[in-house]
Amino acid sequence: MLMNSLILAAILFSLGVAGVVMRRNAIILFMCIELMLNAANLAFIALSRAVGIEGQVFVFFVMTVAAAEAAVGLAIIISVFRLAETVDTKHFNLLRW
Amino acid sequence: MHFEPTLLWAIVLLPLAGFLVNGAAALAAPGRKTIPTVVGPGVIGLAFLLALVNFFQMLGADLHAPIVERYYSWMPVGELQIDAALQLDQLSMLMALVVTGVSFLIHVYSIGYMGADPGYARYFSYLNLFVFFMLVLVLAANFPLMFVGWEGVGLCSYLLIGFWLRDREKADAGKKAFIVNRIGDVGFLIAMFLLFANLGTLDFEGVFAAAPNAFSFGGPVVTAIALFFFLGATGKSAQIPLYIWLPDAMAGPTPVSALIHAATMVTAGVYLVARASVLFAMAPVAIIVVAGIGALTALFAATIGLAQYDIKRVLAYSTVSQLGYMFVGVGVGAYAAGIFHLMTHAFFKALLFLGSGAVIHAMHEALHHTHSDWDAQDMRNMGGLRHHLKYTWIFMWIGTLAIAGVWPFAGFFSKDEIIWQTAARAVGPFQGWFTVFWVMALIAALLTAFYMTRLMILTFHGENRTGADAAKHLHEVSPVMWVPVAVLALLSIVGGWVNVPEAIARIPVLGWIPHAEWIHDWLHPVVGPADEILAANVGPLAEAAPFGGGEAAWAIYSFAIATAVIVIAASLVLRWQYRPAVESVAPTGFKRVLYRKWYVDEIYDALVVRPLLALSRWAWKVIDQGIIDGAVNGAGYATRGLGWVGSRLQTGQVNTYAFAVVIGALLLIGLAAL
Repeated sequence: MLMNSLILAAILFSLGVAGVVMRRNAIILFMCIELMLNAANLAFIALSRAVGIEGQVFVFFVMTVAAAEAAVGLAIIISVFRLAETVDTKHFNLLRW
Repeated sequence: MHFEPTLLWAIVLLPLAGFLVNGAAALAAPGRKTIPTVVGPGVIGLAFLLALVNFFQMLGADLHAPIVERYYSWMPVGELQIDAALQLDQLSMLMALVVTGVSFLIHVYSIGYMGADPGYARYFSYLNLFVFFMLVLVLAANFPLMFVGWEGVGLCSYLLIGFWLRDREKADAGKKAFIVNRIGDVGFLIAMFLLFANLGTLDFEGVFAAAPNAFSFGGPVVTAIALFFFLGATGKSAQIPLYIWLPDAMAGPTPVSALIHAATMVTAGVYLVARASVLFAMAPVAIIVVAGIGALTALFAATIGLAQYDIKRVLAYSTVSQLGYMFVGVGVGAYAAGIFHLMTHAFFKALLFLGSGAVIHAMHEALHHTHSDWDAQDMRNMGGLRHHLKYTWIFMWIGTLAIAGVWPFAGFFSKDEIIWQTAARAVGPFQGWFTVFWVMALIAALLTAFYMTRLMILTFHGENRTGADAAKHLHEVSPVMWVPVAVLALLSIVGGWVNVPEAIARIPVLGWIPHAEWIHDWLHPVVGPADEILAANVGPLAEAAPFGGGEAAWAIYSFAIATAVIVIAASLVLRWQYRPAVESVAPTGFKRVLYRKWYVDEIYDALVVRPLLALSRWAWKVIDQGIIDGAVNGAGYATRGLGWVGSRLQTGQVNTYAFAVVIGALLLIGLAAL
């Protein structure tokens, strides 16, 4: 049971990583980050039975951070869209050499 | 009997005070002439009077050991104790008298000669500074302090040769003098290092007392010391191979040529050899080198003097030649004779230079009036000046007879003394060498009479070649200029009478001047130890010259030869038709070789200057620009390149950064797993 949960968490996390690395739509990137956070939450829950209650406590922290991140992140994406009328990250490369 | 020197420090410091006052005047009010006119010659006159007072005290005091006055400790470094100390003995007294006396006359003359120059005050401040350093040189009680004077006179020489510094050629001549002198100064320094390393002292008293015991006769160390000192002397006193700066030094004002480049500074090397006579007497190799270089220089420079047209250049080569005689004198061990010739030469060569200055001054004004751009120093543009410059003409003839060695003028006694001593000392191991030097000196004496007569005839006799317009403007110079020359003329006549050998005094007519060996007796306390070393190791002097004949016979021969050469030269030069310089053709054949000074400057240029320039250029291009600049620039370029490579990683694409984070995380996990 534990093993299955961890494998599912790993698959979800990998999907998130692959999305962050390969996709350029800011909304998709954002959702992929959520996916990775929730994969981590799943791993915490799965391990908490074996290790201790702290895992479940951590999940609340992660969800809080994810909520804050969603608020700030969506606000940034909306500002960027208003400025450039696109959320494709290939257009946002001003911060380089 | 001991005596206390009177204000010895003041003799040295008065000219320094004059320098400061005149220097301040030159900076504050360059156009005003009152202060330099009074202070410039004034301080030198006072110094001369003080020197005279000390001289008469010393005459009455029969002094055997030098008097050393220590003022303060200059360089107390461990074992090395160097004081700022002055030494008064017979040699430095005589030098101080000659320096201050001749300087005073030349300062007075300069009032007239430099009167119209805008740098009047600057000129007198430099001239005063020169006298200060010259007096430090001759009165110093140790080698380092002497070296201060030695360098100081070199500096003043540089400043005064390049006095008209807006003229590129003259400024270059100053630099040449300075640089050539540096080569010699290295020798002086090395000699001092060797002395200190071996004897642990640099005071004259200490060195000359310790040397005979510390070194063996002819030993390698004492030979090296003497030779390195002589290298210094060849630079300062313009001997082969470092004589090349002196003829160019004539770019300076003529009184400077008279004072620095004839009468005083260039004799510093002779003074050095006489001062360090103990060291030189102990090194037979150095004796042969000094006398040989002297004889060679005397002959070589005289041949160049035969073919020059610039009046000052003839005198410059004549000076080099006469300095050669002095080195023959101090080289063969006739120290008193060398110093004697130094003294008489100071009189008659200063006279000749000041006389030529009067000629140039008159020529310059006459050519200025006619707006001619002819060279005021070229003798081909002169001729017949005796009608216009009567006093100068007479005085210059006195100087010519003196330098040619005609009885009873000063040069006869001093030059004859050197030549005779060379012959008389051709004994023992020196026999072959000195015989050769003696013959060379005799030939040089003959040439001297010839080129000086040529100079006189070209300048003062024959047809006037200045052109009628210019001739109308030729005038005798003012009394402030010819009176000092007259005094020097008097000295050029009687200056030799203080040292008349017994042999000459016994010759019928010529013996009219009484026997006196004042210079010999006077200098005996100073050069006596060296004489003893030579007498003990070489043997007694010869009674006859190598080819027979005693001192009296050779005195008569040399007098007769000098007179004959003057007469022959006069008649020859009068017959040769000279044209003004612009109409003359360049000399040909051997005369051209002499005119171009045996191409020595060209040879030095090819052998020394050009390779040195090429080496410097190589070091500049390859080492400096290539390696050193390359390393510095390379470090910069490498950093920039590395930064460029790094900057490529910053794509600005958020995905790339995310990818990097993932790779990094995987690596860390991988490391942790390991």
